[in-house]
Amino acid sequence: MTFLHGKSTVVVTQSMALLPVRLKLIVILLLVCQLLCSTIAFGSVLDKDEEEFSEELLLKPLPDRKVLAHFHFESRAPPSISFGRHHHLFPKAISQLVKKFRVKEMELSFTQGRWRYEQWGGFDPISSNNAKPPGVELWAVFDVPQSQVDASWKNLTHALSGLFCASINFLESSTTYSAPEWAFRPDSGNLRYGTLPREAVCTENLTPWLKLLPCRDKAGLSALMDRPSIYRGFYHSQRLHLTATGSSSQEVDSGTVLEQTLTVVLQPISWITGKSYVDKANSQPSWSISSIFGRKVNGKCVLAKSSNVYLQFEKGLVGELKNLHKENANSETNKLASKDFLSYPSFELSVNPDKVFEEVDNLHSKSTSVLYEFSVEKYNDSHPLDLGLTWKIPVVWSCQQAPLHASRFLMGSGNERGAIAIYLKPTELSEGLKKSNIVDKSCELRVNVFQVVPWYIKVYYHTLQVFVNQQSRAVADVMEKIHVSPSKDKISPGVMEMILKLPCGLESAALNLEFDKGFLHIDEYPPDANQGFDIPAAIISYPDFHASMRFSEDGSLDKSPLFSKFQEKSLVLSYTEILLVPLTTPDFSMPYNVITITCTVFALYFGSLLNVLRKRVDEEERFLKSNAGRKTGRLSTLVSKLSAKLRGKPREPQPSTTASSSVSFKLIFKVLLVSGIAICWQYYFG
Amino acid sequence: MESKKEENRKKTSSFWVWAIASVIFRLILIYFPKNLNLSSRPEVSTPLTSLRRLAEGYWLKQSSMSPYAGSMYHGSPLLLSLLGPLTVKRMEGQPNHLLCSLLFVLADVVSAVLIRATGRKLQTAYSRSLKLLQLDSLSKSSENLSSGDVAALVYLWNPFTIVACVGLSTSPIENLAIILSLYGACTRLPSLAAFGWVVATHLSLYPAILIIPLIFLLGYGPDAPPRKLFVQRRNGKDGDNPSSGSSCLQEELFNQSKPPLTFSWKPVVQFLFWASVWSVYVLALCSLSVKQKGGLREMFKSTFGFILTVEDLSPNMGVLWYFFAEVFDFFRNFFSIVFHMNILFMIFPLAIRLNHRPCFLAFVYITISSLLKSYPSVGDSALYLGLLGLFVFELADMQFSFFLFCGYIGVSLLSPVMHNLWIWRGTGNANFYYATAMAFACFQIVLVVESASAMLNHDRKLRKLSVAKP
Repeated sequence: MTFLHGKSTVVVTQSMALLPVRLKLIVILLLVCQLLCSTIAFGSVLDKDEEEFSEELLLKPLPDRKVLAHFHFESRAPPSISFGRHHHLFPKAISQLVKKFRVKEMELSFTQGRWRYEQWGGFDPISSNNAKPPGVELWAVFDVPQSQVDASWKNLTHALSGLFCASINFLESSTTYSAPEWAFRPDSGNLRYGTLPREAVCTENLTPWLKLLPCRDKAGLSALMDRPSIYRGFYHSQRLHLTATGSSSQEVDSGTVLEQTLTVVLQPISWITGKSYVDKANSQPSWSISSIFGRKVNGKCVLAKSSNVYLQFEKGLVGELKNLHKENANSETNKLASKDFLSYPSFELSVNPDKVFEEVDNLHSKSTSVLYEFSVEKYNDSHPLDLGLTWKIPVVWSCQQAPLHASRFLMGSGNERGAIAIYLKPTELSEGLKKSNIVDKSCELRVNVFQVVPWYIKVYYHTLQVFVNQQSRAVADVMEKIHVSPSKDKISPGVMEMILKLPCGLESAALNLEFDKGFLHIDEYPPDANQGFDIPAAIISYPDFHASMRFSEDGSLDKSPLFSKFQEKSLVLSYTEILLVPLTTPDFSMPYNVITITCTVFALYFGSLLNVLRKRVDEEERFLKSNAGRKTGRLSTLVSKLSAKLRGKPREPQPSTTASSSVSFKLIFKVLLVSGIAICWQYYFG
Repeated sequence: MESKKEENRKKTSSFWVWAIASVIFRLILIYFPKNLNLSSRPEVSTPLTSLRRLAEGYWLKQSSMSPYAGSMYHGSPLLLSLLGPLTVKRMEGQPNHLLCSLLFVLADVVSAVLIRATGRKLQTAYSRSLKLLQLDSLSKSSENLSSGDVAALVYLWNPFTIVACVGLSTSPIENLAIILSLYGACTRLPSLAAFGWVVATHLSLYPAILIIPLIFLLGYGPDAPPRKLFVQRRNGKDGDNPSSGSSCLQEELFNQSKPPLTFSWKPVVQFLFWASVWSVYVLALCSLSVKQKGGLREMFKSTFGFILTVEDLSPNMGVLWYFFAEVFDFFRNFFSIVFHMNILFMIFPLAIRLNHRPCFLAFVYITISSLLKSYPSVGDSALYLGLLGLFVFELADMQFSFFLFCGYIGVSLLSPVMHNLWIWRGTGNANFYYATAMAFACFQIVLVVESASAMLNHDRKLRKLSVAKP
């Protein structure tokens, strides 16, 4: 717009050359006033209506010699008046989705691999937001009346399924999704939650995801996403988070914030071989962007408002570095007293950072995490950014962890029944809590457990047992709140939400639930029935703990979406393992056999019982008599003839012959009658 | 006479010794529930009778949810309020569900006592009617052996009954209700018979068809030889010489004991009245207990609906589970109608043919329904095998009895083996277990057919004897 204004001023000045000088001055004054007014007015409108896009990449060395790369793309569409408006940057498909299904908030994640909470951390915003269960996880909050939520959810799953080339439409069935009340998110009204644990994630899901970015993967940070190197990683989670903001009035459509993140954990191939360390196992591999992705950053996406690469050193690492530094300083010279992290001799960055931020820690711990910012704007094709980190001495540190480490496993054998156990083990953090809170006895750790179990796992909720420090405790003592909606066969899954109150000084806690395995109809088994069925991951969260990072105040930081994400108070949560339950299978090749055999048994029952009932005494006796008569007709007549001959007496006539002859006469008469009727019929009607 | 009384006393005492021995045997078994693990056997506890599911339903009810909220509990809400509190109470150092087990043992003992009383009633009535027909030789041979004692002991010592009682299934209570109704009808107590019938129907639906034998029992009195014989005899007597002294006595006897000839409507009407009263009462109680959550409609849907639609496909002794696991979905309704019609189809032929023997008719009905019901268990078999003992005299000439005995033993040994192979070891497959279920069904069919034909043959024999006698 400013450009246009400039052009008009040029035109005006050209025309003004013809006018007298006095007039000129007046006109110029007027124009300037007008321009100023208009620019102010326009500018305000523009600020409000601007669609923004920003791209960021966070790199972080992990304690187990791996590197975390976290891409964060954020598109914002402000609230707008018109309905079918065209978007400049914001993906139209998503805005249509939001409008059509009135989505208030939604999150979809495709994940492969498992986030290792012990090694990669469980207490920072990245892990609590981006560590997801394997497969697809989708949850959405709708802004529609309670009765229409399910219909909206079903439509949404189909739309997303088409959009992301994934079988999200399987979440349409009411057996796969649930409506958690409070355990999943604290204020969830019209929330629906569903997971597909066995969904395979591949490039076909990434490509449509990239299509939502204004530069796709042609320019900017997303150009780093070399498919082989991304999918080679240990963990890969592609996430899409939607939030509708702004007014809820009828005329103005709500604004939308689309947050797309890709979190990968990669193993860098160490490319420094010259130096030999004392302890090879502890040595951190040196890496650079080009070594882990195979590409370099060739400048920013032109449409992006900001484009930055960050390198984060987390708390534990910084503390360790400081210690190392102190030792070095004591032994050698004391010249490096400054707090500048750039001057640490233990590592070396290939590019000088533009800015360094330090976390403002509200928890009084000895060290804070450090963030180096590299702005991509300075770099271009001829001068690409290739950030590298070279370690000079071996470092060992550990990540900050959630209060408890949760794991879930199955117990029992056989295909009839079993038990699900959730085992909670304290980590360093809760041990620290124990020490700090040793004074007041009433220290409690609140743990929120949310678990969805498919209907064919028939959980007996009355068998819930809680063990604290390996001793059975009454459920009421430990449970603060529990909500169970038991599964209905072929209709809905079982949902269990509960808040546990655990004592701080606990050594271990375990939950135990027994279940029976269901038997399905042959059509309900998936093609690979013998592989087993997955129970989605349970979610363990800690309502008293929030992961947030605040960095030293700086004007530029407010604008960075990643930083504002870091500053948000996010619930510390962790997903447990997905359980694989083998279910008994029937013989899939048997339907016809089973139908025929069962029906035969029924026929046997019906026929034989009816036969017994039908037999009349008289009939039977007549039958027996005629049988006897027939027997005498053959054998006994012979015998009697023989005996008569032997005795030399004339044979007595059989009494039965008359009866049999009359019977045969009747029979012949009947046969003749029937044949006569048949002949007549044939003659007249044939 | 003295020696006979003495003998009777001896018999009674030996009966009680055996009964007490069976109770002690049960109590011993109850103390090792973990080792036996009977409660999880599919033959013992079906989705309808499993006490574990009842405990789950009670838990749901306690946590202010409908007991039918999950697809776990499918029994009666009354049973829930009766047995539910017992499932929660635990005594230190005692096995779980001890109180429930004791209740089931009690139910078994009461059933046995009622069977014995029913048997005695039947026997006295039968010997009287035989005397009427002047077939004293038969009645004497029947008096030597008390069929009530035999039936009660068969019921108490039948491994099926013991397993059903110790294995924490609610079938002893269902059986008790059925036996109660039969006893009530035999002793001509319409209210008791109606109560038993209503409760049994409420608990497991299939006893509803017992209304026909119950009405016959109340109308005609207990089992007797075919009524035709009495008529013939009376006519014959009238024609012979009405002035003879012995025949006068007979005549008096005839006049005294009218029941076998005429249908008395009064007890039947009373029975129907009481049945309606009890059913209203039971429904009112049910609606009270499920009022807040779902109401009666949900109750019927998840009890009777669950029975009729065969929703649970877990393996059991019946023939329907595998069929419905395999059959194509669009035939499902058709076949579930056909299979249940099979029970209904046989009601009227049997009722017409065996109307003079209502107790035996009830036995046949119970056998058929336990053969064709959607979730059969050994408890049902225990009931009809116990009732079979009531007719030990009439069915003395039954064919294939040894074959059936061996078959029952073989199936009850093979079925757990096949189940183990399929479910636990994974070396067998579903067809193995299904084959034993089929075999069991065949044996049951042979039992029904042979017992019915033996009973009809017995009638024929009686007829021949009475015709042969002047």
